[in-house]
Amino acid sequence: MATVELTFSALPAHVRTARLVATAIARRTGVEESLLDEVRLAVGEACSRAVEAHRAHCPGEPIRIELRDDSGRFEVTVSDQAPSDEIKQERPLDLGMLSDSFMSNFGLAVIEGLADDVEVFPSPKGTNIRMSWPAAVGV
Amino acid sequence: MDLKLDHRTEDRLTIVEVEGEIDVYTAPRLRELLIDLVNKGNFHLLVNMEKVDFLDSTGLGVLVGGLKRVRAHDGSLELVCTQERILKIFRITGLTKVFGIYASVDEAKEAHGKDK
Repeated sequence: MATVELTFSALPAHVRTARLVATAIARRTGVEESLLDEVRLAVGEACSRAVEAHRAHCPGEPIRIELRDDSGRFEVTVSDQAPSDEIKQERPLDLGMLSDSFMSNFGLAVIEGLADDVEVFPSPKGTNIRMSWPAAVGV
Repeated sequence: MDLKLDHRTEDRLTIVEVEGEIDVYTAPRLRELLIDLVNKGNFHLLVNMEKVDFLDSTGLGVLVGGLKRVRAHDGSLELVCTQERILKIFRITGLTKVFGIYASVDEAKEAHGKDK
């Protein structure tokens, strides 16, 4: 059972709120203090990516976050409803190819670099990004 | 915390002071400032990130965009940053190889002076 579920409209201003909620639940769930920055950033990246996708495809639909405390792990799932472009593989860094407006590949790279365990499930009906970190104490 | 931006020019180097959170909500303001500075002929930028609490990939994208713009004018965009949690994001994305990153404004100014 999810500890907390949160939905928010696809506005950049709400991403900060989602980060703060996720960090607060992670702390309460017993995630180590040293990992909280990583939780905050990874959840923020996933939410930013979802907001960009919704603004492009379905701005009226909400984005959903589930925060769970399961078997000693703190698990976060960010779900969007935008049809997924194929998740692109990382390529060698080429400054000329980088866009300053939509850095989705960077976002996923950051999430993969920060979360202890990451799974990305793209589909025509949306993308789910599930991330987890060890939690010392269940609540 | 919201984003606070300020800038000043010393010799030929424009120092951009950034304080707060750079994310998908606030990054457009930093992008606008960098574009405005370049449009006004400031091609050597130093972004001081010592008071940045949070940086995400949107912020990285804005910095990369700024770098592309100044390089089009044979300029430079370098950073001051010693915070491990911010530096980690640059390392994960490989951008430590793209940006000059200094420990202080003075150190960056000294290096910039040698390059002139």
